[in-house]
Amino acid sequence: MSLIETEGLSLFYGNFQALKTISLNIESCRITALIGPSGCGKSTFLRCLNRMNDLIDGVRITGRVAIGGRDIYRRETDLLDLRRRVGMVFQRPNPFPLSVEDNVLFGLKVHGQTDRKILEEKLQRSLEAVHLWDELKDRLKTNALELTGEQQQRLCIARLAALEPEILLMDEPCSALDPIATEKIEALMFELRKRFTIVIVTHNMQQAARVSEETGYFLLGELIEFGETSRIFSAPRDQRTEDYITGRYG
Amino acid sequence: MRVPPRLEQRFVKVVLWSMTAITVFVLLFIVAYILRRGLPVLSLSFLTENPHEMGRTGGIFSTIVGTLALTAMALAVATPLGVGTAIFLNEYTWESRVTRIIRFGADCLAGIPSIIFGLFGFILFVIKMGFGWSILSGGLTLAFMILPTIIRTSEEALRSVPRSYREVSLSLGSTKWQMVTRVILPSALPGIVTGVILSVGRSIGETAAVIFTAGSALRLPTSLFSSSRTMSVHFYILAREGISMPNAYGTAAVLVLSILLVNIVTYRLMHRFIRKYS
Ligand SMILES: Nc1ncnc2c1ncn2[C@@H]1O[C@H](COP(=O)(O)OP(=O)(O)O)[C@@H](O)[C@H]1O
Ligand SMILES: [Mg+2]
Repeated sequence: MSLIETEGLSLFYGNFQALKTISLNIESCRITALIGPSGCGKSTFLRCLNRMNDLIDGVRITGRVAIGGRDIYRRETDLLDLRRRVGMVFQRPNPFPLSVEDNVLFGLKVHGQTDRKILEEKLQRSLEAVHLWDELKDRLKTNALELTGEQQQRLCIARLAALEPEILLMDEPCSALDPIATEKIEALMFELRKRFTIVIVTHNMQQAARVSEETGYFLLGELIEFGETSRIFSAPRDQRTEDYITGRYG
Repeated sequence: MRVPPRLEQRFVKVVLWSMTAITVFVLLFIVAYILRRGLPVLSLSFLTENPHEMGRTGGIFSTIVGTLALTAMALAVATPLGVGTAIFLNEYTWESRVTRIIRFGADCLAGIPSIIFGLFGFILFVIKMGFGWSILSGGLTLAFMILPTIIRTSEEALRSVPRSYREVSLSLGSTKWQMVTRVILPSALPGIVTGVILSVGRSIGETAAVIFTAGSALRLPTSLFSSSRTMSVHFYILAREGISMPNAYGTAAVLVLSILLVNIVTYRLMHRFIRKYS
Protein backbone atom coordinates (compact mmCIF):
# COMPACT_ATOMS: atom_id res chain seq x y z
CA MET A 1 0.00 0.00 0.00
CA SER A 2 1.29 3.45 -0.90
CA LEU A 3 1.13 6.36 1.49
CA ILE A 4 -0.84 8.54 -0.90
CA GLU A 5 -3.21 7.02 -3.41
CA THR A 6 -5.51 8.88 -5.73
CA GLU A 7 -7.99 7.13 -7.93
CA GLY A 8 -9.88 8.85 -10.72
CA LEU A 9 -9.50 12.21 -8.99
CA SER A 10 -11.25 15.01 -10.86
CA LEU A 11 -11.68 18.57 -9.72
CA PHE A 12 -13.91 21.30 -11.08
CA TYR A 13 -13.69 25.03 -10.44
CA GLY A 14 -17.30 25.76 -11.29
CA ASN A 15 -17.62 24.42 -14.80
CA PHE A 16 -13.93 24.31 -15.51
CA GLN A 17 -12.32 20.90 -15.04
CA ALA A 18 -8.85 21.48 -13.64
CA LEU A 19 -7.99 17.83 -12.90
CA LYS A 20 -8.98 14.95 -15.12
CA THR A 21 -9.23 11.53 -13.48
CA ILE A 22 -5.81 11.49 -11.89
CA SER A 23 -4.69 8.15 -10.53
CA LEU A 24 -1.30 7.83 -8.93
CA ASN A 25 0.47 6.31 -5.97
CA ILE A 26 3.11 8.08 -3.94
CA GLU A 27 5.42 6.04 -1.75
CA SER A 28 6.45 7.08 1.72
CA CYS A 29 9.82 8.64 2.53
CA ARG A 30 10.57 9.62 -1.01
CA ILE A 31 10.61 12.80 -2.96
CA THR A 32 8.05 12.94 -5.71
CA ALA A 33 8.19 15.79 -8.19
CA LEU A 34 5.27 17.06 -10.21
CA ILE A 35 6.31 18.94 -13.31
CA GLY A 36 4.51 20.54 -16.19
CA PRO A 37 3.71 23.91 -17.74
CA SER A 38 1.94 26.40 -15.50
CA GLY A 39 -1.82 26.32 -15.33
CA CYS A 40 -1.93 22.55 -15.76
CA GLY A 41 -3.25 21.65 -12.35
CA LYS A 42 -0.14 20.84 -10.31
CA SER A 43 -0.98 23.19 -7.46
CA THR A 44 -4.60 22.15 -7.62
CA PHE A 45 -3.59 18.52 -7.27
CA LEU A 46 -1.33 19.30 -4.34
CA ARG A 47 -4.08 21.21 -2.61
CA CYS A 48 -6.35 18.18 -2.89
CA LEU A 49 -4.01 16.26 -0.63
CA ASN A 50 -4.57 18.50 2.40
CA ARG A 51 -8.02 19.62 1.31
CA MET A 52 -7.05 23.26 0.96
CA ASN A 53 -9.32 23.39 -2.07
CA ASP A 54 -12.22 23.21 0.37
CA LEU A 55 -11.54 26.89 1.02
CA ILE A 56 -12.36 27.88 -2.53
CA ASP A 57 -15.93 28.66 -3.43
CA GLY A 58 -17.50 26.45 -6.07
CA VAL A 59 -15.00 23.58 -6.05
CA ARG A 60 -16.33 20.09 -6.76
CA ILE A 61 -14.27 16.96 -6.42
CA THR A 62 -14.92 13.41 -7.58
CA GLY A 63 -12.82 10.30 -7.20
CA ARG A 64 -10.83 9.06 -4.25
CA VAL A 65 -7.84 10.37 -2.31
CA ALA A 66 -6.49 8.09 0.37
CA ILE A 67 -3.66 8.81 2.76
CA GLY A 68 -2.38 5.90 4.78
CA GLY A 69 -5.17 3.81 3.30
CA ARG A 70 -8.01 6.06 4.49
CA ASP A 71 -10.13 8.21 2.24
CA ILE A 72 -9.55 11.80 3.34
CA TYR A 73 -12.75 13.02 1.69
CA ARG A 74 -14.90 10.90 3.97
CA ARG A 75 -17.39 12.90 5.97
CA GLU A 76 -15.86 12.06 9.33
CA THR A 77 -12.33 13.14 8.39
CA ASP A 78 -10.80 15.38 11.04
CA LEU A 79 -9.62 18.25 8.86
CA LEU A 80 -7.47 19.79 11.56
CA ASP A 81 -5.64 16.54 12.12
CA LEU A 82 -5.31 15.92 8.39
CA ARG A 83 -3.62 19.27 7.94
CA ARG A 84 -1.32 18.61 10.83
CA ARG A 85 -0.25 15.36 9.18
CA VAL A 86 -0.02 16.86 5.70
CA GLY A 87 1.87 20.13 5.81
CA MET A 88 2.29 22.63 3.03
CA VAL A 89 5.12 24.92 1.96
CA PHE A 90 3.99 27.68 -0.33
CA GLN A 91 5.53 29.40 -3.30
CA ARG A 92 6.27 32.67 -1.56
CA PRO A 93 7.83 32.44 1.86
CA ASN A 94 4.96 33.43 4.10
CA PRO A 95 5.90 33.66 7.75
CA PHE A 96 3.37 35.35 10.00
CA PRO A 97 4.28 38.89 11.06
CA LEU A 98 5.23 37.43 14.44
CA SER A 99 8.51 36.59 16.11
CA VAL A 100 10.63 33.70 14.90
CA GLU A 101 9.64 31.75 17.97
CA ASP A 102 5.91 32.37 17.60
CA ASN A 103 6.10 31.31 13.98
CA VAL A 104 7.73 27.99 14.74
CA LEU A 105 5.42 27.25 17.63
CA PHE A 106 2.23 28.42 15.97
CA GLY A 107 1.16 24.95 14.86
CA LEU A 108 1.90 23.32 18.19
CA LYS A 109 -0.01 25.99 20.05
CA VAL A 110 -3.11 25.77 17.90
CA HIS A 111 -3.04 22.03 18.45
CA GLY A 112 -3.14 22.61 22.16
CA GLN A 113 0.44 22.17 23.28
CA THR A 114 1.07 24.41 26.29
CA ASP A 115 3.95 22.71 28.10
CA ARG A 116 6.71 25.31 28.19
CA LYS A 117 9.43 22.69 28.24
CA ILE A 118 8.17 20.74 25.27
CA LEU A 119 7.64 23.95 23.32
CA GLU A 120 11.18 25.09 23.98
CA GLU A 121 12.62 21.78 22.97
CA LYS A 122 10.54 21.66 19.78
CA LEU A 123 11.56 25.20 18.95
CA GLN A 124 15.21 24.28 19.06
CA ARG A 125 14.82 20.96 17.27
CA SER A 126 12.70 22.40 14.48
CA LEU A 127 15.10 25.24 13.86
CA GLU A 128 18.01 22.81 13.94
CA ALA A 129 16.31 20.62 11.38
CA VAL A 130 16.33 23.48 8.90
CA HIS A 131 19.78 24.75 9.97
CA LEU A 132 18.51 28.03 11.32
CA TRP A 133 19.23 27.46 14.99
CA ASP A 134 22.79 28.73 15.00
CA GLU A 135 21.87 31.77 12.94
CA LEU A 136 18.78 32.69 14.91
CA LYS A 137 19.15 31.37 18.43
CA ASP A 138 19.91 34.88 19.69
CA ARG A 139 17.16 36.45 17.60
CA LEU A 140 14.20 34.29 18.50
CA LYS A 141 12.16 37.37 19.33
CA THR A 142 12.82 39.27 16.12
CA ASN A 143 10.00 39.66 13.68
CA ALA A 144 10.19 36.94 11.03
CA LEU A 145 9.55 39.49 8.29
CA GLU A 146 13.03 40.88 8.90
CA LEU A 147 14.71 37.65 7.77
CA THR A 148 16.01 37.07 4.26
CA GLY A 149 13.83 35.24 1.74
CA GLU A 150 15.76 32.03 2.16
CA GLN A 151 15.65 32.23 5.94
CA GLN A 152 11.93 32.88 5.75
CA GLN A 153 11.37 29.82 3.60
CA ARG A 154 13.44 27.72 5.98
CA LEU A 155 11.43 29.12 8.84
CA CYS A 156 8.24 28.09 7.09
CA ILE A 157 9.62 24.57 6.82
CA ALA A 158 10.59 24.64 10.50
CA ARG A 159 7.08 25.77 11.33
CA LEU A 160 5.85 22.57 9.69
CA ALA A 161 8.59 20.36 11.05
CA ALA A 162 7.51 21.30 14.57
CA LEU A 163 4.26 19.44 13.93
CA GLU A 164 6.11 16.38 12.66
CA PRO A 165 3.84 15.83 9.69
CA GLU A 166 4.04 12.66 7.62
CA ILE A 167 3.86 14.46 4.34
CA LEU A 168 5.32 17.76 3.15
CA LEU A 169 3.66 19.31 0.14
CA MET A 170 5.88 21.92 -1.48
CA ASP A 171 4.44 24.17 -4.14
CA GLU A 172 7.35 25.65 -6.09
CA PRO A 173 9.17 26.36 -2.82
CA CYS A 174 12.21 27.87 -4.54
CA SER A 175 10.65 29.96 -7.26
CA ALA A 176 10.97 33.13 -5.20
CA LEU A 177 14.60 32.41 -4.25
CA ASP A 178 17.95 32.97 -5.96
CA PRO A 179 20.01 30.00 -7.25
CA ILE A 180 22.25 29.75 -4.19
CA ALA A 181 19.33 29.77 -1.80
CA THR A 182 17.60 27.25 -4.04
CA GLU A 183 20.55 24.93 -3.79
CA LYS A 184 20.49 25.14 -0.01
CA ILE A 185 16.77 24.45 0.20
CA GLU A 186 17.24 21.46 -2.11
CA ALA A 187 19.96 20.09 0.14
CA LEU A 188 17.58 20.52 3.04
CA MET A 189 14.84 18.61 1.22
CA PHE A 190 17.27 15.80 0.65
CA GLU A 191 17.92 15.52 4.36
CA LEU A 192 14.28 15.85 5.29
CA ARG A 193 13.06 13.08 3.04
CA LYS A 194 14.37 10.60 5.64
CA ARG A 195 11.70 11.91 7.97
CA PHE A 196 8.95 13.09 5.67
CA THR A 197 7.38 12.08 2.42
CA ILE A 198 7.86 15.04 0.14
CA VAL A 199 5.75 15.99 -2.85
CA ILE A 200 7.18 18.96 -4.69
CA VAL A 201 5.71 20.94 -7.53
CA THR A 202 8.29 22.60 -9.70
CA HIS A 203 8.39 24.10 -13.12
CA ASN A 204 12.13 23.70 -13.07
CA MET A 205 13.00 20.40 -14.70
CA GLN A 206 16.60 20.41 -13.52
CA GLN A 207 15.32 20.70 -10.02
CA ALA A 208 12.97 17.75 -10.48
CA ALA A 209 15.85 15.72 -11.93
CA ARG A 210 18.17 16.69 -9.10
CA VAL A 211 16.00 16.15 -6.07
CA SER A 212 13.28 13.66 -6.85
CA GLU A 213 13.07 9.92 -7.03
CA GLU A 214 9.79 9.89 -8.82
CA THR A 215 8.29 12.32 -11.29
CA GLY A 216 4.84 12.95 -12.66
CA TYR A 217 4.16 15.09 -15.71
CA PHE A 218 0.97 17.14 -15.75
CA LEU A 219 -0.46 18.63 -18.89
CA LEU A 220 -3.79 20.48 -19.04
CA GLY A 221 -5.16 18.73 -16.00
CA GLU A 222 -4.08 15.26 -17.01
CA LEU A 223 -1.34 13.14 -15.55
CA ILE A 224 0.50 12.17 -18.72
CA GLU A 225 3.20 10.02 -17.24
CA PHE A 226 4.40 8.95 -13.84
CA GLY A 227 7.46 6.95 -12.91
CA GLU A 228 10.99 6.85 -11.66
CA THR A 229 12.69 10.17 -12.28
CA SER A 230 15.74 8.76 -14.03
CA ARG A 231 13.52 6.79 -16.34
CA ILE A 232 11.21 9.71 -17.11
CA PHE A 233 14.15 11.90 -18.02
CA SER A 234 16.09 9.27 -19.98
CA ALA A 235 13.35 7.29 -21.66
CA PRO A 236 9.93 8.94 -21.49
CA ARG A 237 7.22 6.69 -22.83
CA ASP A 238 4.87 9.41 -23.93
CA GLN A 239 5.68 11.70 -26.82
CA ARG A 240 4.25 14.70 -24.92
CA THR A 241 6.56 14.08 -21.97
CA GLU A 242 9.50 13.87 -24.28
CA ASP A 243 8.53 17.12 -25.97
CA TYR A 244 8.35 18.84 -22.62
CA ILE A 245 11.61 17.62 -21.13
CA THR A 246 13.53 18.25 -24.30
CA GLY A 247 12.15 21.78 -24.32
CA ARG A 248 10.06 21.36 -27.44
CA TYR A 249 6.82 22.11 -25.64
CA GLY A 250 4.88 25.21 -26.69
CA MET B 1 -10.23 77.79 -30.41
CA ARG B 2 -7.66 76.09 -28.25
CA VAL B 3 -6.43 77.54 -25.00
CA PRO B 4 -2.62 77.52 -24.98
CA PRO B 5 -1.55 74.59 -22.76
CA ARG B 6 0.67 76.77 -20.62
CA LEU B 7 -2.17 79.15 -19.86
CA GLU B 8 -4.53 76.28 -19.17
CA GLN B 9 -2.00 74.78 -16.80
CA ARG B 10 -1.72 78.06 -14.93
CA PHE B 11 -5.46 78.54 -14.82
CA VAL B 12 -6.13 75.06 -13.43
CA LYS B 13 -3.42 75.54 -10.88
CA VAL B 14 -4.87 78.80 -9.65
CA VAL B 15 -8.39 77.39 -9.46
CA LEU B 16 -7.35 74.26 -7.57
CA TRP B 17 -5.15 76.28 -5.29
CA SER B 18 -7.97 78.67 -4.42
CA MET B 19 -10.33 75.81 -3.68
CA THR B 20 -7.85 74.34 -1.26
CA ALA B 21 -7.25 77.73 0.29
CA ILE B 22 -10.98 78.28 0.81
CA THR B 23 -11.35 74.88 2.48
CA VAL B 24 -8.46 75.49 4.81
CA PHE B 25 -9.64 79.02 5.53
CA VAL B 26 -13.17 77.93 6.47
CA LEU B 27 -11.81 75.25 8.73
CA LEU B 28 -9.34 77.52 10.44
CA PHE B 29 -11.89 80.28 10.72
CA ILE B 30 -14.39 78.08 12.55
CA VAL B 31 -11.81 76.68 14.91
CA ALA B 32 -10.21 80.06 15.54
CA TYR B 33 -13.55 81.79 16.07
CA ILE B 34 -14.73 79.24 18.60
CA LEU B 35 -11.42 79.11 20.41
CA ARG B 36 -11.11 82.90 20.56
CA ARG B 37 -14.47 83.16 22.21
CA GLY B 38 -14.31 79.96 24.20
CA LEU B 39 -10.76 79.82 25.50
CA PRO B 40 -11.10 82.85 27.83
CA VAL B 41 -13.89 81.02 29.64
CA LEU B 42 -11.87 77.84 30.07
CA SER B 43 -10.34 77.22 33.45
CA LEU B 44 -9.82 74.32 35.76
CA SER B 45 -13.02 75.12 37.63
CA PHE B 46 -14.97 75.31 34.35
CA LEU B 47 -13.96 71.73 33.69
CA THR B 48 -14.41 70.41 37.23
CA GLU B 49 -17.52 72.16 38.52
CA ASN B 50 -21.09 71.21 37.79
CA PRO B 51 -23.31 73.74 36.01
CA HIS B 52 -25.40 76.04 38.20
CA GLU B 53 -28.50 78.05 37.34
CA MET B 54 -29.18 76.08 34.13
CA GLY B 55 -25.58 76.61 33.11
CA ARG B 56 -25.47 80.34 33.50
CA THR B 57 -22.75 79.94 36.08
CA GLY B 58 -20.55 77.06 37.17
CA GLY B 59 -18.73 74.65 34.91
CA ILE B 60 -19.57 71.76 32.64
CA PHE B 61 -18.29 68.79 34.63
CA SER B 62 -21.50 66.76 34.57
CA THR B 63 -21.83 67.22 30.80
CA ILE B 64 -18.27 65.97 30.29
CA VAL B 65 -19.11 62.92 32.37
CA GLY B 66 -22.36 62.50 30.43
CA THR B 67 -20.55 62.70 27.11
CA LEU B 68 -17.94 60.15 28.19
CA ALA B 69 -20.56 57.79 29.61
CA LEU B 70 -22.68 57.89 26.47
CA THR B 71 -19.69 57.41 24.22
CA ALA B 72 -18.40 54.53 26.33
CA MET B 73 -21.82 52.90 26.30
CA ALA B 74 -22.10 53.30 22.53
CA LEU B 75 -18.65 51.82 21.96
CA ALA B 76 -19.23 48.95 24.36
CA VAL B 77 -22.22 47.92 22.28
CA ALA B 78 -21.17 48.87 18.76
CA THR B 79 -17.58 47.58 18.80
CA PRO B 80 -18.31 43.90 19.42
CA LEU B 81 -21.37 44.01 17.18
CA GLY B 82 -19.58 45.81 14.38
CA VAL B 83 -16.32 43.89 14.51
CA GLY B 84 -18.27 40.65 14.84
CA THR B 85 -20.37 41.46 11.80
CA ALA B 86 -17.27 42.38 9.83
CA ILE B 87 -15.56 39.12 10.80
CA PHE B 88 -18.65 37.18 9.83
CA LEU B 89 -18.99 38.92 6.47
CA ASN B 90 -15.33 38.67 5.64
CA GLU B 91 -14.23 35.34 7.09
CA TYR B 92 -17.24 33.12 7.59
CA THR B 93 -19.32 33.49 4.44
CA TRP B 94 -18.74 33.49 0.75
CA GLU B 95 -19.64 36.63 -1.16
CA SER B 96 -23.28 36.27 -2.00
CA ARG B 97 -26.49 38.19 -2.36
CA VAL B 98 -26.97 38.07 1.40
CA THR B 99 -23.60 39.63 2.20
CA ARG B 100 -24.22 42.32 -0.39
CA ILE B 101 -27.60 43.09 1.13
CA ILE B 102 -26.06 43.35 4.60
CA ARG B 103 -23.38 45.69 3.29
CA PHE B 104 -25.94 47.76 1.44
CA GLY B 105 -28.02 47.94 4.61
CA ALA B 106 -25.03 49.14 6.59
CA ASP B 107 -24.31 51.83 4.02
CA CYS B 108 -27.91 53.01 4.08
CA LEU B 109 -27.80 53.10 7.87
CA ALA B 110 -24.76 55.35 7.62
CA GLY B 111 -26.65 57.84 5.49
CA ILE B 112 -29.69 58.26 7.73
CA PRO B 113 -29.82 61.70 9.39
CA SER B 114 -29.05 61.49 13.07
CA ILE B 115 -32.32 63.10 14.10
CA ILE B 116 -34.12 60.08 12.65
CA PHE B 117 -31.95 57.87 14.83
CA GLY B 118 -32.95 60.08 17.73
CA LEU B 119 -36.61 59.59 16.98
CA PHE B 120 -36.14 55.86 16.52
CA GLY B 121 -34.23 55.61 19.80
CA PHE B 122 -36.87 57.68 21.55
CA ILE B 123 -39.68 55.41 20.41
CA LEU B 124 -37.85 52.13 20.90
CA PHE B 125 -35.67 52.60 23.95
CA VAL B 126 -37.21 55.51 25.83
CA ILE B 127 -40.88 54.59 25.37
CA LYS B 128 -41.32 50.98 24.24
CA MET B 129 -38.57 49.41 26.30
CA GLY B 130 -39.13 51.82 29.14
CA PHE B 131 -35.52 52.88 29.67
CA GLY B 132 -36.65 56.51 29.82
CA TRP B 133 -34.30 59.35 29.02
CA SER B 134 -31.09 57.73 30.07
CA ILE B 135 -27.49 56.96 29.28
CA LEU B 136 -28.68 53.49 28.31
CA SER B 137 -31.16 54.76 25.72
CA GLY B 138 -28.76 57.37 24.39
CA GLY B 139 -25.84 54.96 24.28
CA LEU B 140 -27.82 52.32 22.40
CA THR B 141 -29.06 54.89 19.92
CA LEU B 142 -25.54 56.18 19.33
CA ALA B 143 -24.35 52.59 19.00
CA PHE B 144 -26.68 51.99 16.07
CA MET B 145 -25.58 55.23 14.55
CA ILE B 146 -21.88 54.41 14.58
CA LEU B 147 -22.32 50.72 13.78
CA PRO B 148 -21.99 51.14 9.99
CA THR B 149 -18.71 53.02 10.35
CA ILE B 150 -17.29 50.33 12.57
CA ILE B 151 -18.46 47.54 10.28
CA ARG B 152 -17.04 49.18 7.18
CA THR B 153 -13.68 50.19 8.60
CA SER B 154 -13.26 46.79 10.26
CA GLU B 155 -14.06 45.06 7.01
CA GLU B 156 -11.54 47.23 5.23
CA ALA B 157 -8.94 46.35 7.84
CA LEU B 158 -9.70 42.63 7.64
CA ARG B 159 -9.54 42.70 3.87
CA SER B 160 -6.09 44.28 3.95
CA VAL B 161 -4.68 41.24 5.79
CA PRO B 162 -2.92 39.12 3.16
CA ARG B 163 -4.81 36.05 2.00
CA SER B 164 -1.73 33.96 2.53
CA TYR B 165 -1.95 34.40 6.31
CA ARG B 166 -5.31 32.72 6.25
CA GLU B 167 -4.13 29.89 4.04
CA VAL B 168 -1.05 29.22 6.11
CA SER B 169 -2.91 29.28 9.36
CA LEU B 170 -5.52 26.81 8.15
CA SER B 171 -2.92 24.67 6.41
CA LEU B 172 -1.23 24.26 9.78
CA GLY B 173 -4.45 22.78 11.09
CA SER B 174 -5.77 25.77 13.00
CA THR B 175 -9.50 26.25 13.32
CA LYS B 176 -11.07 29.22 11.66
CA TRP B 177 -11.56 30.91 15.00
CA GLN B 178 -7.89 30.40 15.90
CA MET B 179 -7.00 31.86 12.54
CA VAL B 180 -9.16 34.90 13.24
CA THR B 181 -7.96 35.52 16.78
CA ARG B 182 -4.27 34.68 16.39
CA VAL B 183 -3.47 35.89 12.91
CA ILE B 184 -6.12 38.09 11.37
CA LEU B 185 -7.22 40.29 14.25
CA PRO B 186 -3.70 41.21 15.41
CA SER B 187 -2.85 42.30 11.89
CA ALA B 188 -6.11 44.15 11.40
CA LEU B 189 -6.17 45.74 14.83
CA PRO B 190 -4.74 49.16 13.95
CA GLY B 191 -7.33 49.55 11.19
CA ILE B 192 -10.15 48.45 13.45
CA VAL B 193 -9.01 50.80 16.20
CA THR B 194 -8.92 53.63 13.69
CA GLY B 195 -12.56 53.00 12.84
CA VAL B 196 -13.52 52.86 16.48
CA ILE B 197 -11.79 56.15 17.23
CA LEU B 198 -13.44 57.83 14.27
CA SER B 199 -16.74 56.75 15.79
CA VAL B 200 -15.71 58.24 19.11
CA GLY B 201 -15.40 61.58 17.35
CA ARG B 202 -18.82 61.15 15.88
CA SER B 203 -20.42 60.21 19.22
CA ILE B 204 -18.84 63.08 21.10
CA GLY B 205 -20.21 65.60 18.65
CA GLU B 206 -23.65 64.10 18.19
CA THR B 207 -26.55 66.23 19.37
CA ALA B 208 -29.84 65.40 17.70
CA ALA B 209 -29.79 61.68 18.39
CA VAL B 210 -28.85 62.27 22.00
CA ILE B 211 -31.20 65.05 23.04
CA PHE B 212 -34.20 62.81 22.33
CA THR B 213 -32.83 59.77 24.08
CA ALA B 214 -30.55 60.80 26.91
CA GLY B 215 -32.47 63.89 27.83
CA SER B 216 -30.85 67.00 29.22
CA ALA B 217 -30.53 66.58 32.98
CA LEU B 218 -27.74 68.63 34.48
CA ARG B 219 -27.14 66.42 37.51
CA LEU B 220 -24.13 64.20 37.60
CA PRO B 221 -25.36 60.83 36.26
CA THR B 222 -25.27 58.05 38.82
CA SER B 223 -26.33 55.01 36.83
CA LEU B 224 -27.10 53.80 33.32
CA PHE B 225 -30.67 54.86 33.90
CA SER B 226 -29.81 58.46 34.76
CA SER B 227 -30.71 61.06 32.25
CA SER B 228 -27.67 63.05 31.28
CA ARG B 229 -26.75 66.02 29.17
CA THR B 230 -23.80 65.83 26.81
CA MET B 231 -21.52 68.73 25.96
CA SER B 232 -23.06 69.21 22.54
CA VAL B 233 -26.57 69.22 23.94
CA HIS B 234 -25.44 71.63 26.65
CA PHE B 235 -24.01 73.95 24.02
CA TYR B 236 -27.21 73.74 22.00
CA ILE B 237 -29.41 74.59 24.96
CA LEU B 238 -27.15 77.37 26.28
CA ALA B 239 -27.04 78.99 22.88
CA ARG B 240 -30.64 78.47 21.84
CA GLU B 241 -32.20 79.61 25.05
CA GLY B 242 -29.71 82.43 25.28
CA ILE B 243 -28.72 81.33 28.78
CA SER B 244 -25.04 82.20 28.54
CA MET B 245 -23.15 82.75 25.33
CA PRO B 246 -19.71 82.77 26.99
CA ASN B 247 -20.39 79.42 28.61
CA ALA B 248 -21.76 78.09 25.33
CA TYR B 249 -18.53 79.03 23.62
CA GLY B 250 -16.51 77.56 26.45
CA THR B 251 -18.34 74.27 25.99
CA ALA B 252 -17.86 74.44 22.25
CA ALA B 253 -14.15 75.02 22.71
CA VAL B 254 -13.85 71.91 24.87
CA LEU B 255 -15.80 69.94 22.26
CA VAL B 256 -13.70 71.17 19.38
CA LEU B 257 -10.47 70.48 21.22
CA SER B 258 -11.49 66.95 22.15
CA ILE B 259 -12.54 66.13 18.61
CA LEU B 260 -9.31 67.60 17.33
CA LEU B 261 -7.43 65.38 19.74
CA VAL B 262 -9.38 62.30 18.68
CA ASN B 263 -8.66 63.02 15.04
CA ILE B 264 -4.98 63.55 15.64
CA VAL B 265 -4.78 60.19 17.37
CA THR B 266 -6.68 58.55 14.51
CA TYR B 267 -4.48 60.16 11.94
CA ARG B 268 -1.32 58.92 13.61
CA LEU B 269 -2.67 55.42 13.96
CA MET B 270 -3.70 55.36 10.34
CA HIS B 271 -0.31 56.56 9.35
CA ARG B 272 1.38 53.78 11.26
CA PHE B 273 -1.04 51.27 9.80
CA ILE B 274 -0.32 52.34 6.25
CA ARG B 275 3.43 52.29 6.78
CA LYS B 276 3.27 48.80 8.20
CA TYR B 277 1.31 47.24 5.38
CA SER B 278 2.58 48.90 2.26
N1 LIG C 1 -9.46 29.34 -7.48
C1 LIG C 1 -9.57 29.05 -8.78
N2 LIG C 1 -10.71 29.29 -9.44
C2 LIG C 1 -10.84 28.99 -10.74
N3 LIG C 1 -9.89 28.44 -11.50
C3 LIG C 1 -8.71 28.18 -10.91
C4 LIG C 1 -8.48 28.46 -9.52
N4 LIG C 1 -7.22 28.09 -9.21
C5 LIG C 1 -6.69 27.59 -10.36
N5 LIG C 1 -7.57 27.64 -11.38
C6 LIG C 1 -7.35 27.16 -12.74
O1 LIG C 1 -7.02 25.80 -12.70
C7 LIG C 1 -5.97 25.52 -13.59
C8 LIG C 1 -4.84 24.86 -12.83
O2 LIG C 1 -4.25 25.79 -11.97
P1 LIG C 1 -3.04 25.42 -11.03
O3 LIG C 1 -3.38 24.19 -10.28
O4 LIG C 1 -2.72 26.62 -10.22
O5 LIG C 1 -1.88 25.13 -12.09
P2 LIG C 1 -0.32 25.00 -11.87
O6 LIG C 1 -0.02 24.92 -10.42
O7 LIG C 1 0.04 23.75 -12.63
O8 LIG C 1 0.32 26.19 -12.52
C9 LIG C 1 -5.57 26.82 -14.25
O9 LIG C 1 -6.17 26.86 -15.52
C10 LIG C 1 -6.16 27.86 -13.36
O10 LIG C 1 -6.57 28.97 -14.12
MG1 LIG D 1 1.06 26.41 -9.30
